[in-house]
Amino acid sequence: MYPSTFTYYRAGSVQEALKLLVENPDAKLLAGGHSLIPAMKLRLASPSALIDISRVPELAGIRDAGDRIVIGATTRYDDIQRSELVRQVLPILPEAIDVIGDLQVRNMGTIGGSLAHADPAADLPAVVLALGAELKAVGPDGERTIPADQFFVDLFTTALQPNEILTEISFPKPPARTGMSYQKFANPASGYAVVGAAAVVTLGEDGKVAAVRVGVTGAGPYAVRRQNVEQALVGQEPTAAAIEAASQLASEGMTFNSDIFASDEYRAHLTRVFVKRALTRAVERARG
Amino acid sequence: MAVTKLFGAAIKRREDPRLITGRGNFTDHIRLPGTLVMAIKRSPHAHARIVRIDTSKARAMRGVVAVYTGQDLVDKLAPVPCAWLIPDSDLKLTPYRAVAVDKVRYVGDAVAVVVAEDRYVAQDAVEAIDVEYEVLPAVVDQEKAMEPGAPQLYDEIPNNLAFHWKLHVGDFDAVWNEAEVRLSRRLINHRLIPTAMEPRGALAAYNPGSGELTIWCTSQNPHVHRLLLSAVTGLPETRIRVIATDVGGGFGSKIPMYAGEMIAAAISRDLGRPIKWIETRQENYVATIHGRDHIQYVDIAARRDGTITGVRVRAYANMGAYLSTAAPGVPTWLFGLMLQGAYAIPVIHCDVYGVLTNTTPTDAYRGAGRPEATYLLERMIDILARELGMDPAEIRRKNFIPKDRFPYTTPTGLQYDSGDYEATLNRALELVDYANLRRQQAELRQQGRYIGIGFSTYVEVCGLAPSQAAGAMGFQGGLWESATVRVHPTGKVTVFTGSNPHGQGEETTFAQLVADELGVPFEDVEIIHGDTEMVPFGMGTYGSRSTAVGGAALVAACRKVKEKAQRIAAHLLEVSPEDLAFENGRFFVKGAPDRGMTFQEVALQAYLAWKLPRDIEPGLEATHFWDPVNNTFPFGCHICVVEVDPETGKVDFLKYVAVDDVGNVINPMIVDGQVHGGIAQGLAQAVYEYAAYDANGQLLSASLMDYAIPKASMLPSFTVDRTVTPTPVNPMGVKGAGETGTIASTPAVVNAVIDALAPFGIEHIDMPLTPERIWRAVRERSS
Repeated sequence: MYPSTFTYYRAGSVQEALKLLVENPDAKLLAGGHSLIPAMKLRLASPSALIDISRVPELAGIRDAGDRIVIGATTRYDDIQRSELVRQVLPILPEAIDVIGDLQVRNMGTIGGSLAHADPAADLPAVVLALGAELKAVGPDGERTIPADQFFVDLFTTALQPNEILTEISFPKPPARTGMSYQKFANPASGYAVVGAAAVVTLGEDGKVAAVRVGVTGAGPYAVRRQNVEQALVGQEPTAAAIEAASQLASEGMTFNSDIFASDEYRAHLTRVFVKRALTRAVERARG
Repeated sequence: MAVTKLFGAAIKRREDPRLITGRGNFTDHIRLPGTLVMAIKRSPHAHARIVRIDTSKARAMRGVVAVYTGQDLVDKLAPVPCAWLIPDSDLKLTPYRAVAVDKVRYVGDAVAVVVAEDRYVAQDAVEAIDVEYEVLPAVVDQEKAMEPGAPQLYDEIPNNLAFHWKLHVGDFDAVWNEAEVRLSRRLINHRLIPTAMEPRGALAAYNPGSGELTIWCTSQNPHVHRLLLSAVTGLPETRIRVIATDVGGGFGSKIPMYAGEMIAAAISRDLGRPIKWIETRQENYVATIHGRDHIQYVDIAARRDGTITGVRVRAYANMGAYLSTAAPGVPTWLFGLMLQGAYAIPVIHCDVYGVLTNTTPTDAYRGAGRPEATYLLERMIDILARELGMDPAEIRRKNFIPKDRFPYTTPTGLQYDSGDYEATLNRALELVDYANLRRQQAELRQQGRYIGIGFSTYVEVCGLAPSQAAGAMGFQGGLWESATVRVHPTGKVTVFTGSNPHGQGEETTFAQLVADELGVPFEDVEIIHGDTEMVPFGMGTYGSRSTAVGGAALVAACRKVKEKAQRIAAHLLEVSPEDLAFENGRFFVKGAPDRGMTFQEVALQAYLAWKLPRDIEPGLEATHFWDPVNNTFPFGCHICVVEVDPETGKVDFLKYVAVDDVGNVINPMIVDGQVHGGIAQGLAQAVYEYAAYDANGQLLSASLMDYAIPKASMLPSFTVDRTVTPTPVNPMGVKGAGETGTIASTPAVVNAVIDALAPFGIEHIDMPLTPERIWRAVRERSS
């Protein structure tokens, strides 16, 4: 519970943060700190410096950008949960945030912090995959956009370069007849996802599945999309049987974590079950 | 019996405003000038020989004042003591150095100690100490530890067997041979981690000028710690003061004498500076005692009508790497004596093997032995009911000790003080609406939904006594309690109690008792505890003993005070004491109520001493050491209702009914709180909590991220009710309520889950009933 010595910097702007990152190659960015600081207290992480970006004004906030909703990387969970715009258009975000940690965590934790940390059991990675979000990063060479599908690379590893800062997450507004749901099986000790499944389903006028995206977190080393499930459902009538059959594919081709609470075999089973539950709920909601 | 207005009143806890606004005086809150901070380097290996310790880098660090190895402390500290020397068991004591000298025996064993100017530097220095180990094979499982060829923790303790305790009453072989039904099962009562909210710690301040050691520490029994600290440091008791006024929970984990507190005391003496040591949560998980950890082989002999005729148990208790202070008594006396439970079982055979393994030492954890006995019986009686096609409520009713047989002498030699077991069962059945619930269960099963109803009809022993029995059991202490009642000239009262509540609320309940006894306002009573300099020798708070024993001492002391006050009042009123009555805090002449004096007026006269009877000393104060004639035996019936999702194995709690009988109740709100907390802890053992080791002795559940203590959202609402069967053992008729919930709830929950899974043909799953274990059991039976 006693971190090693580090230097603390507070950045006033993204540019200043970038400069500090270049000057301190071993530094870590600090936003909400709810993953990083516990790791430092246990000396699992011992960065030489922290660059606090939590007060950089341009990094926080939620805005309506026409056909997209853009959320700044240091926007806190609680602010997202309270946003009327988000609740109307992307209800899966408050649904997922509601099961993250406790009130204190949600008051401090940030969306960008969670995504950039890429904890294998974090909730939001599954959600951004299912929503087809885009993540914007700024580095010394300028700005680039990373699709959520390419963002999560491995255990605690993302497509971000060490000298890049995640600045915002941009979500397409879903079309009509879209339903979405996040279903989570929480670890009773940590509250983290043993398995979390996010599903976003758009139905055509004929009631068949026009589009579907499924993201899974907790089960493996990093959050993944389940295209095989999606492909099995597109164009289908989303009956219970069709959802059940598609969900059976959810665990195919995945690597599963194993720990004292849940073995890999059990996680594979839970992946199928929770993908099914998320799809079922999303379809119900899409039907209104 | 004094049943006046405060006895039975649900008064809010007076300690709470202090505690919940952050104004408590916990050990870490105490600041002394010149304090140095101590940190302990702990073994990362479960079993290893220490080849070499290089402390040079740590010593050279700025801010580091001293570094000690085990060798440096050998002359300064005697080994960590064990104080429950169970007789006739071939008990072998473990040489337990506060800091390991040649060998480490569990992950968390201390290997070196750093003293520094601040905690951060101390941690850096701990990491800078280089220890070379020769890693030895480790053994974690107690059955494996007894096998030939298993790693040996001590050269002088063959097969890692610390003791073999026996209790054989009656001819089990005969009842077994005659039995119409015989059941044999292996049950696991897994290891738990107490997880008190406040970790352990100490601030030791030795004054080289006076030769006095003052130590603030996290203690359930400060006088016992003073005595043991005296023994290990060689300082006389008169030169040691232990202070533990606010302690943030214990659950038994703050009874033992530990290495950390001993080391702080020795180093403070060595350096002549105050030393503060506060363990981290991780240290708390590896280096504070664990609880339970039994493997039990059970044989039950019964008749076809459900009557149990005998119980035979062979239990392997995992003691961990060393014998902790009270450890040998927990899986033996506190377990074996209770093996008949609430039932008229005539024959009991019990063998307990206390086995040393490369794990954290185990000791008393809330319930201590009784949960292990209760779980065993309550699980087996359900299995027997299933075998015989009997209702679990009815098989219990069949075997209950009937209420007309109290006091009841058990085959194990205890005398159950009072009881009406059937009354609690009936009330619980009514509250849970049993017949309806069974109908509902049958209907839901048709829909593929699985609810289960689980029972636990327990009896437990608390207020452990008398001291003579403690001696016969090898407990190196008495089991009485002390109280001093000091009435001041204004009639205000200070009570000094040897109990040391650390969450149980006795600052409130004790004040209620005194206010009633002396007829003074509740607000006029102060309760002082947890300071050996202020309180006469006391045994402390554990085993649900504070109210039944400490409260009785207090009432007895109050009565001495009142008797003296009455004599003074009689003298002043010029009548004989027998002519006086006492009501609402006032002495008055029987038949002439106008002639009287208030208690406060008498108190003032006692101190003025202008006109006292010749044979009465001035002042108004009394002390009583209460040694009860017997234990008390609370009992009750808990019923848990769950729904199991067979697809995931997840358990949802639908209802929880607890009908307890703890005798008379002084403060129902506090008793409800104790029951709620107890149920939460016992329920958590059933489904959530699990201290998991890997085969190399690494504790895998070494943090709150991995060890699932129950959160409010993980618990059902509790329906709590009581019947009242007073005990004759103490003047208040109270039993004890600290552990009933923990003892009762674990089997109620497991029985409910297994009942839910009956359609799958599942008869037993070992705890904890995690979703995966349930899912696997269902899958196995379904395929």
